[in-house]
Amino acid sequence: MSATARNASRLHIVTGKGGTGKTSVAAALALALAGPGRRVLLVEVEGRQGIAPLFDAASLGYEERHLAAGLDGGEVFGQSVGADEALLDYLAMFYRLGSAGKVLQKTGAIDFATTIAPGLRDILLTGKLKEAVSRTESGRMAYDAVVLDAPPTGRVVKFLNVTVESGRLAKTGPIGNHSRSVARMLHSSLTAVHLVTTPAAMPVQETADAYRELMAADLPVGHVVLNKVAGAKAVEVAAEEVGAGLERAGLHADGALVAGLMEEYASARAEIESVGAYRERLERLGRPVAELPLLPEGVDLSGLYQLARVLRPGVAGGRRTGKGAPDAA
Amino acid sequence: MRPELDLDALLGDGGKHVIACCGSGGVGKTTTAAALALRAAEAHGRRAVVLTIDPARRLAQSLGMEALDNTPRPVAGVRGGSLDAMMLDMKRTFDEVVASHTTPERAAEIFANPFYQAVSSTFSGTQEYMAMEKLGQLRATGRWDLIVLDTPPSRSALDFLDAPARLARLLDGRVIRLLSAATPGSRRSMLSLMGASAAVFTRVFNKVLGGHLLTDVAEFTASLEDTFGGFRKRAEATFRALQGDQTSFLVIAAPEPAAVGEAVYFTRRLTEERMPLDGMILNRLTPVAADLSAERALGAAAALEEADADDPVAAVLRTHADLARRRAAEERVAARYAAACPAVPQRWLPALGVEVVDLDDLRAFGAAAAGGSSPVV
Repeated sequence: MSATARNASRLHIVTGKGGTGKTSVAAALALALAGPGRRVLLVEVEGRQGIAPLFDAASLGYEERHLAAGLDGGEVFGQSVGADEALLDYLAMFYRLGSAGKVLQKTGAIDFATTIAPGLRDILLTGKLKEAVSRTESGRMAYDAVVLDAPPTGRVVKFLNVTVESGRLAKTGPIGNHSRSVARMLHSSLTAVHLVTTPAAMPVQETADAYRELMAADLPVGHVVLNKVAGAKAVEVAAEEVGAGLERAGLHADGALVAGLMEEYASARAEIESVGAYRERLERLGRPVAELPLLPEGVDLSGLYQLARVLRPGVAGGRRTGKGAPDAA
Repeated sequence: MRPELDLDALLGDGGKHVIACCGSGGVGKTTTAAALALRAAEAHGRRAVVLTIDPARRLAQSLGMEALDNTPRPVAGVRGGSLDAMMLDMKRTFDEVVASHTTPERAAEIFANPFYQAVSSTFSGTQEYMAMEKLGQLRATGRWDLIVLDTPPSRSALDFLDAPARLARLLDGRVIRLLSAATPGSRRSMLSLMGASAAVFTRVFNKVLGGHLLTDVAEFTASLEDTFGGFRKRAEATFRALQGDQTSFLVIAAPEPAAVGEAVYFTRRLTEERMPLDGMILNRLTPVAADLSAERALGAAAALEEADADDPVAAVLRTHADLARRRAAEERVAARYAAACPAVPQRWLPALGVEVVDLDDLRAFGAAAAGGSSPVV
């Protein structure tokens, strides 16, 4: 759980409450981790297809595919892992199923198998991640890092805590060994679970709850990412000044316009002041807090690189660039 | 010009008995459902109940839902009509379904089955199925004339429609029969081909899943089938009940590409299934109070900063420009829905400045949702 453990992390699991932008953060993190000469795999599960539109790319499939150039020259690959395909893949590895696999898929038997044993589903998905993390190609690691756009905070502990769920599955044989080795990796310093939140009461509360759940399950928490932080210069200004200023700038300063601007500025100020309180609350969790700006136009591909640059020094460690990786951004 | 959703007309329509709020996670479904139920009671004198799935703690407290006992409780402080609220306990609902359809001995047998324990607590479709089941139960009592339903926080809004059928298919045991029957040469050649594969499958899966699991499943589905004639029928009946014109679906979205995309998919599905969709509510738009384009605001800010780099009015103008740009981007995203589903009435709601946690907040939310017209595009 120390700062050095974080630097060793190669599997980054990004979770957060719905609507906090965890998919964008996962994508930006993948770009940030893909420094010069590095290869990063960005994975989604549950067939959400949230990644492809961010990169203006066609829908992702089970095959890993080149997705984008990383920050400063690395490469980011994308993959969408479904439990059905992972199961067929797994069976092919251990049992030489041949063409029977395809028939089984058509009859719905594969779907059936992953459905009756929900724990199996999660083992297959996390198992696929482990395979990507530990795969070697021509003498080097196939991927320097793997980033998962994980299920939301409400479900993530169950998703990652495969040993508990697999209690109902066969304890011996390949799947038992498999789930134990997956669990070992998930509970080790190779893994970091990052929690994404926005500066608002409910997401912050859910982040604190998820943090406690993850700690209780002995899963390694990495960074807390405070996302969508609006910026504005803090000034003291009265309505009369605004009216006069508008006139100076050549705008017609009617009462409604001035009142509207004052109202907006007051609530923006209040919002910014509340950010401080939320940040403090998150810092009390004891994990480094990284902050990302709200992009007024929404997150598109260039926005992702912008967020990646912000994440680079903190969450992504910056080992390759030789920086000392300060603990908090 | 998109048609405007008249929520007061919907909430006051005595012929509507169920309003289901659907949408992807994080769009404000629970809050919207609670606010609509409160308004139905207070402004229209309805005897309303709101069935929530996973409300935020403080909202649950203010609705008096601290005790998770799977029964609707009256909400204190409601002015007019009546409002009850409950939080779904899916395990308990499942237990009740089983208990009410079989003898105590048989029920005890089912409860003890490890597979039942897994399905009733962890299967991803159970929550959706039990939400439908609970809805059916609440309707049957006749105690309420309006049930407002919050739907489970699924991966996709479509899960609410698909998961019950998926669960029913599973419990109906067709695949199980196929697996256990696995007798070559039966009926058609197609089946025998599957039979051969199924034999491989059963063998492999007993290894992978543990021999006991398939047995548990087979026992479980057998004990369920002879008690209440198959889950599939039950799920189909619930599904058909939702197609009646006493039901109203509302699609809830937020102005983000993924949420709007979900709303479009969901709307298409509802149309295909001939489900009664009455409108779309777009929550969480960035509120803009001043009528001034972002470009003009930025131009004016730059002009002021030429004279004084720290001009406070410039800061105010830049704040407005940010808000206006955010809002414009959101409206471009929201316009996709109007383009894809032009016939569906919509209601756009700017985010309230505060978090909705108590009855007053819900009241304000409901009034904003129902009253006046949306801000001009």
